[in-house]
Amino acid sequence: MTQPVSPAQRHQQDTPAATPAKTPARQPARLGLRPDVRNLSLLGVLAVLVAVGGFTRPDQFLDSGNLQLVLTQASVIGVVTVGMTFVITSGGIDLSVGAIVALASVWATTLATQEYGFAGILFTAVVVGLACGLVNGLLIAYGGMVPFIATLAMLASARGLALQITDGKTQIVTVESVLDLGIPDAYVLGIPPLVLVFAVVTVVGWLLLNRTTFGRRTVAVGGNAEAARLAGIDVRRQRLYLYLLSGLCCGIAAFLLVVLSGSGQNTNGNLYELDAIAAAIIGGTLLSGGRGTIVGSVLGVLVFTTITNIFALNNLQSDVQQIAKGAIIVAAVLVQRRTARDGAT
Amino acid sequence: MPETSRRGLLFGTAAVSAGALLTACTSNEPKTKEPAANNEPAAPDDKPGKKVTIGFAGPQADHGWLNAINENAKSRAGKYSEVTLEITEGSNDTAAQIGQVQTLINKKVDVLVILPADGKALTQVGLQAMKAGIPVINLDRVFASPQAYRCWIGGDNYGMGLNAGNFIGERLKDKKNAKVVELAGLDNLELTKQRSQGFADALKNYPNIKRVARQAADFTVESGQAKMAQLLQAQKQFDALWNHDDDQGVGALRAIQQAGRDDFLMVGGAGAKAAMDAIKADNSVLKATVLYPPTMAASAIDLARALGQGKGVGGMSELEIPASITLYSAVVTKDNVDEYLPTGFS
Repeated sequence: MTQPVSPAQRHQQDTPAATPAKTPARQPARLGLRPDVRNLSLLGVLAVLVAVGGFTRPDQFLDSGNLQLVLTQASVIGVVTVGMTFVITSGGIDLSVGAIVALASVWATTLATQEYGFAGILFTAVVVGLACGLVNGLLIAYGGMVPFIATLAMLASARGLALQITDGKTQIVTVESVLDLGIPDAYVLGIPPLVLVFAVVTVVGWLLLNRTTFGRRTVAVGGNAEAARLAGIDVRRQRLYLYLLSGLCCGIAAFLLVVLSGSGQNTNGNLYELDAIAAAIIGGTLLSGGRGTIVGSVLGVLVFTTITNIFALNNLQSDVQQIAKGAIIVAAVLVQRRTARDGAT
Repeated sequence: MPETSRRGLLFGTAAVSAGALLTACTSNEPKTKEPAANNEPAAPDDKPGKKVTIGFAGPQADHGWLNAINENAKSRAGKYSEVTLEITEGSNDTAAQIGQVQTLINKKVDVLVILPADGKALTQVGLQAMKAGIPVINLDRVFASPQAYRCWIGGDNYGMGLNAGNFIGERLKDKKNAKVVELAGLDNLELTKQRSQGFADALKNYPNIKRVARQAADFTVESGQAKMAQLLQAQKQFDALWNHDDDQGVGALRAIQQAGRDDFLMVGGAGAKAAMDAIKADNSVLKATVLYPPTMAASAIDLARALGQGKGVGGMSELEIPASITLYSAVVTKDNVDEYLPTGFS
């Protein structure tokens, strides 16, 4: 997946600089290390949240245990969001991520799969994720279906299949090596393995989007698919790869969720699609495609997780949490707009 | 991509074999198949009588408890040679469920057992059945009008909270300034409010106990883990925890294990088999669970059969079945877990 550029491709390779230039009426994608102003403003939001958390609950919020907790809670949805960022950057959408996580997690935790131990669970989760992504990709890229519809169909079917496999039951994992990954003994230098996976996925995702032809093609397809096609990009194949990538991320996330919860359940991944899309958009990825930022998406996820954490530590109830969450989303986006506009002029 | 590349071939083969391997992995048959959760003796009056056709309509069995409801109904009906059970595909959609009940009415079943996805929304169709002369047993989620059913049987959410609170109260009554934490279920359901109210009312009997925190999960393992992890971070020390639901309790127990905490007593809710196994093994903080018994579906079949045959309930002197039955939310502990284990659901 990280090496999608085939030398055998008949199309003339685009030169790296040529592609963004072919996306008219849009800012060229940021390729350098220069931090995006949007990311900066999101960092500001995060800093404010940390200040609020530290002020209201100094004893519980500002300790290493809580940092581990927030990052761990962020890792499952974070991995999904990285995949989602690619899809949205290309001008698509993947509504099926939550359902794929559910399906992959229950398929990976059936009694039959658990017979094969750690490797069996990991393999099944990843391959089920990839397979769902493949179906999405084929339907969208070669079947000519609108991403919204194709992935909505996948959402329904994958949830149905997950329910059929579990029969509505909670599948408890008994494979010790999988369970052990989620407890403090497995932490590497105080970092939970789940967080490490999240970090690796983030770094690989960032490199892929910002430092490879694959990433530039993704941006080009999202900016203007027709221009990208004329520039010699195989748009359909690129789309197929992108949904495969999203599926892969869901598979990895499903495995992380199995480790975290020690079980598989057909209700897993509930509304992940909305959380992932919201995090990506707040991060500064354009819903219409053509611009994406992995750093922004990850910051978006961290903002959401930190909000949840602060609310829980302050023992606020879910009604208050939901109202405040909505308000904070609006506030964050408004602040971001303002900063971006001021920064751009 | 006109030419079939070698890479494509290799990849295709790998994909096909992975698929073949995977399809073998959907099986969930345990090595030793256990019987459905319904081992208690049939009602005293189990001599075959008049033939009765019972129509059963429930919501989609998308979690363990509802699944157990279906299994209990089926296995109970199977015990009576004269009972035929017409069971519909479960649905959470109000319109779909109304259609299913109407189909059962048209089929002219003798008695209907309805567990509505939404009690209030299905009231009309309950009335319709009653008017058509088909008596309705309303299971658990109550219709808005008593005219829509002949008999209601269901669990006691308030009682669950009450019994959990009293159990914890008795355990902690000699402890000064005891702290209790509540992990509730889905907050936008009325039943969650009732459970929390019962719990709060019970704790009022014990002035030394204070509920220091409450968070609501949404009945899923995932949410149970997430919310419990936050609660453990927020409360560095407490004495007891009541978790409304054993399904989310799987996640809560996982979070407790991950945090390495064992300094408190945990009480569950609903009565899942996994929870009862843990209570029996006595190797975790989980020491008890308050029931919300899915066996009520088996009892509903008994009531429907009695209704169809014009009989009362065995063991009661009345000539007909009662109009309303609220089940008791028993507290299952290590001492009595063996009795209840057969009713545990997974």
